[in-house]
Amino acid sequence: MDDAGATSGSRTFREGGTEERHPDPTSFVSLRINGNTHELRLDNRTTLLDTLREHLDLTGAKKGCDHGQCGACTVLVGGRRINSCLVLAVTCDEPVTTIEGLADHDRLHPLQEAFVARDALQCGYCTPGQICSAVAMLDEAAAGHPSHVTPPGRPGAGDPELLTPEEIRERMSGNICRCGAYANIVDAIQEAAR
Amino acid sequence: MKPFGYLRADRTDQALAAYAAHPGAQYVAGGTNLVDLMKLGVATPPFLVDISRLPLDGVDETADGGLRIGATVRNSDLAAHPLVRTRYTALSQALLAGASAQLRNAATTGGNLLQRTRCPYFQDTSKPCNKRAPGTGCPAREGVHRDLAVLGHSARCVATHPSDMAVALAALDAQVHLLGLDGERTVPLTEFHRLPGDTPEHDTVVRPGELVTAVTLPPPAGAHSAYRKARDRASYAFALVSVAAALTVEEGAVRHAALAFGGVAHAPWRARAAEEVLRGEPATEETYARAVDAELAAADPLRDNAFKVPLARGLAVRVLTDLAFRP
Repeated sequence: MDDAGATSGSRTFREGGTEERHPDPTSFVSLRINGNTHELRLDNRTTLLDTLREHLDLTGAKKGCDHGQCGACTVLVGGRRINSCLVLAVTCDEPVTTIEGLADHDRLHPLQEAFVARDALQCGYCTPGQICSAVAMLDEAAAGHPSHVTPPGRPGAGDPELLTPEEIRERMSGNICRCGAYANIVDAIQEAAR
Repeated sequence: MKPFGYLRADRTDQALAAYAAHPGAQYVAGGTNLVDLMKLGVATPPFLVDISRLPLDGVDETADGGLRIGATVRNSDLAAHPLVRTRYTALSQALLAGASAQLRNAATTGGNLLQRTRCPYFQDTSKPCNKRAPGTGCPAREGVHRDLAVLGHSARCVATHPSDMAVALAALDAQVHLLGLDGERTVPLTEFHRLPGDTPEHDTVVRPGELVTAVTLPPPAGAHSAYRKARDRASYAFALVSVAAALTVEEGAVRHAALAFGGVAHAPWRARAAEEVLRGEPATEETYARAVDAELAAADPLRDNAFKVPLARGLAVRVLTDLAFRP
């Protein structure tokens, strides 16, 4: 996005490296989220997750551990899945897609449909992260990206038939489900992959 | 988290100047470790220089048939790169054994090398730690140290370096390229990370303000390479012990062997003593065991982590045996 990006540094740093005593602890940030542009002045400490939840009322991405260990905050940045709790919003200049942006108006994304059809959740807290993660995971597999369990000689998992339960479990290991709905999560993803 | 100023650098000279202009500044790229340490209060930089947009994101074959990996190449992209998968299998396997897909999508080559230990005392600002607060002591030595070092540790620090990638790079004879205001220099990966000694606050030989710009690999020396990792669960956990190896066997004898251990020391542990034993010897399990024992004779385990020594032995013998049977 041409209009996405952050400035601020420009206010605290001058060409040639002139030192300023008090660098501005805030930045002007322009974020492209689910197709909409949001322009905000944020404390540089604000994570993408807190920006979504506390500043933009997009509470789909969840705060679980806030340390990149649980995956509940997973969103897509530039089409790649990341932990939004470990991304400072000021560093973010690619379009963001959250769980709120996956459906096509009132038509759910195929992975959302599959999670409902397969009852792939219990409490639902991890579900937005699971689904965002799975959307990107299927793109990675389609692009032939290997995983830890892919034999070295094999070209990734471009063919959906190669996306075995073992592959799905490994590729989804960054998303913890404390209810233990894993069996149905794997089924739902495998169904959506076909 | 402490407030901080921020600049996104577009050029390396701009990044170096911004660092110099802001005492205590830190570079940030993927941020997967640094942002977490800032939340924990372990890192308190007054200024962040964002280097993620520097033009250092290429993976290119070099004139001598090696590979140049830019410092800001994402771990996921490097693991999936066709040349890495085919020629430097251990590197691809090590990257894919590390962290989660989300973290690999953000984490960079340079940041992976510069990540800090996950020793629980280092990450807890209510505890003493010589690495975080020099001179305060090391509670890990008598405390919780099951995951910590068995080789090369000191009275001051028993931390381990957590990277998988760096262990593969150590076995593959990688070089790290650094850029500072005084110019460029190159450091072998095996000399990039330090042992703790009396100054565990220094993880690496990087000087203040220096920027990692690239990692280069020579053409593969061994016919095959592999990485294997033992951990507490099947995925998304740090190594208890890991092994990277490259091996060439000709007419039943070891012609080339490179071996490195992870999860056992303050730095990726290149097993030169084992390699010395392997060279020219029959490619048998007996040779591998003898070689690994020669290396692990230097092990000095703590109360609760002696299990790492036989684990390292078993893993290394297995990896070498498997490599010898590759067509």
